[in-house]
Amino acid sequence: MKKKAKFIGGSMVALLLSAGLFSCSSESKDTKQILSDNVISGEMIAELTAPPFVPKPVGSRKAKKLIVHMEITEEEGTMVDGTTYMYWTFGGSVPGSFIRTRVGDEVEFHIKNHPDSKLPHNIDLHAVTGPGGGAESSLVAPGQEKVFNFKTLNPGLYVYHCATAPVGMHIANGMYGLILVEPEGGLPKVDREYYVMQGDFYTKGAYGEAGLQPFDQDKAVKEQPDYVVFNGSVGALNGDKALTAKVGETVRLFVGNGGPNLVSSFHVIGEIFDKVHIEGGSMVNENVQTTMIPAGGAAMVDFKVDVPGTFILVDHSIFRAFHKGALGMLKVTGEENLQIYSHTTKEGVYTPEGGSKKKAEAPKVALTGQAKIDAGKRIYDATCFACHQANGEGIPNAFPPLAKSDWLNSDVNRALKAVIHGLSGEITVNGKKYVNVMPAQNLTDDEVANVMTFIYNSWGNKKQDVTPDMVRKVR
Amino acid sequence: MSVKAKIQFLIFSSVMLISYTVKAQGTKMVTVKEGKYVPLYGSADKQPVKVETFKMDIYPVTNAQFVTFLKENPTYNRSKIIGLYADKSYLSTWKSDLDYSPLKANAPVTNVSWFAAKKYCECQGKRLPTMDEWEYVAMADETRKDARTKEQFNKYILEWYEKPKTYLNPVGQTFKNYWGIYDMHGLVWEWTSDFNSIFLSGESRKDKGSDKDLFCGSASINASDLMDYAAFMRFAFRGSLKANYSTRNLGFRCASN
Repeated sequence: MKKKAKFIGGSMVALLLSAGLFSCSSESKDTKQILSDNVISGEMIAELTAPPFVPKPVGSRKAKKLIVHMEITEEEGTMVDGTTYMYWTFGGSVPGSFIRTRVGDEVEFHIKNHPDSKLPHNIDLHAVTGPGGGAESSLVAPGQEKVFNFKTLNPGLYVYHCATAPVGMHIANGMYGLILVEPEGGLPKVDREYYVMQGDFYTKGAYGEAGLQPFDQDKAVKEQPDYVVFNGSVGALNGDKALTAKVGETVRLFVGNGGPNLVSSFHVIGEIFDKVHIEGGSMVNENVQTTMIPAGGAAMVDFKVDVPGTFILVDHSIFRAFHKGALGMLKVTGEENLQIYSHTTKEGVYTPEGGSKKKAEAPKVALTGQAKIDAGKRIYDATCFACHQANGEGIPNAFPPLAKSDWLNSDVNRALKAVIHGLSGEITVNGKKYVNVMPAQNLTDDEVANVMTFIYNSWGNKKQDVTPDMVRKVR
Repeated sequence: MSVKAKIQFLIFSSVMLISYTVKAQGTKMVTVKEGKYVPLYGSADKQPVKVETFKMDIYPVTNAQFVTFLKENPTYNRSKIIGLYADKSYLSTWKSDLDYSPLKANAPVTNVSWFAAKKYCECQGKRLPTMDEWEYVAMADETRKDARTKEQFNKYILEWYEKPKTYLNPVGQTFKNYWGIYDMHGLVWEWTSDFNSIFLSGESRKDKGSDKDLFCGSASINASDLMDYAAFMRFAFRGSLKANYSTRNLGFRCASN
């Protein structure tokens, strides 16, 4: 979200702005300097956090010897309701534990492979300058521990991942995470920070197929994932687990992409990123709608939330969002600001100039019977199909089913309200909870009557006839 | 087979297994006829390697068999073995030196070091199989000497990693392969005599400029089959080991000439 007009002009202002991003920026320090300034003041155990949380900022602390204890596990977890997957993890979560360092830290990395593991693993941290990013020194058998040291030379947000053969499979099973190297003095302060990481998964069964789903090597090689998700599973950032903020706060997302294959078009619906550290590096772009995050790459995005509502995080390569799980939520609470966003203020029939007014008014006599259902189906295919799907089956955890829907059949007026005014918040359909937003549909009373009659006469619903009059009363 | 018959058969076979184990210290061996194969790593120019005729145990060594060995060789007991020969996880899940509970008698012995495995086989007048011998036998499914190109076979092997705690299962419950040998896949990893040769003495590979460790791109440079993920996993596993290591999913079996 935009804060103020930023085009004040003047290169001095621009210069000050960018210098301010990295206060006492270590961009101005070369490697030699970092090494010669080698003032390591004491040591500390690194705080590690599971997503979506991040450890406390480094603030003004001096460079230290930072001891990281990372445990590797292989454990079954939920991919989507009813479907499980054997995840391989750094620290028991996908993505793995967030590591927060500052430039000049001397990291002593302890990598431990749980004795129950079937496989050896290692770690390649993109923040490491050295062969294999540490992978060379960290191949660790089950039940063993290895230690290696590195110095953080370059500030930025970096991906780490397992790099044991077969590498793609280790990454595909969830072995990735983020390590942040803050500049001296830390990143600019914000009110909230979160950790979000995208990944693509390849399973023997299609999306939603029940049971423990094994990794599918062929789909992985063909780059045809069944799941594209944030934070390891479908719905990891939805409902109770949504990110939260209050109106007026500044939010920073540390966004990574583990891949193994796909490049993310990261977007937050209804927000504009005030600042993006492109590719997690030092260059800052402003006023960005969608930022590209390569597999094995990251970005830091900052924005201020000005109005309340649910803001949806998506991979704007959009079928991934609606069919493969790449949806998350940021719930913002607080006062409305109608000047920034007014919601619908007026609605009416649109008649193009010189128009086909006749056409718009064509169904003066409301349709009935099969003709009505057919007309409703056309509207369904154009308007509802994308979310609720061809046979009203919906999409698990995202869009509720319309087929044999207890929610629809128990209250027609409630259903009409949802179509006319939109719907947000938690609802329970056929025993499953859905927390999502349905926008108000811009349809005439006749159109609503037709499409709802079609829906009620399809897929095992109660064969209700919906009249334009009923729609009018709810409107 | 009816359920009842199946149960009877299971009881019968497990009784047989136990009595067999008690009677004979050595596991039954079968002859594996000579042949050639292309290993994932380690052959010059990806040429076939010849494997001479040899004999191999049809099952991995069990806890019951290993405890017999320990009684005869006290220096290999958990409390006595020197650190050079075994790290501290050696037989760490056993109740005591000579009591493998809560593990089962007929489950494969795991958490044993290469030194202990080697010594065990020598005490039977046998030896550990070489990596080529092991891989050669492991290519076989029920009916074919080399089933590596069969999708189902590869899936079977890969799915093993998703089954937790398979080391608790008794030996002889997976399929019997072409040679009459069980448990090459689906139970535990197994030591081979030259498990680390690819990485520690593969000087010809180093000459080509590839790294000794299997990480990132270098893992694929000299591989003979980029789609053989099951083999990648075995080679990576072996590459992570040292001879005094012992882990829960790693057992062994013996071979002889």
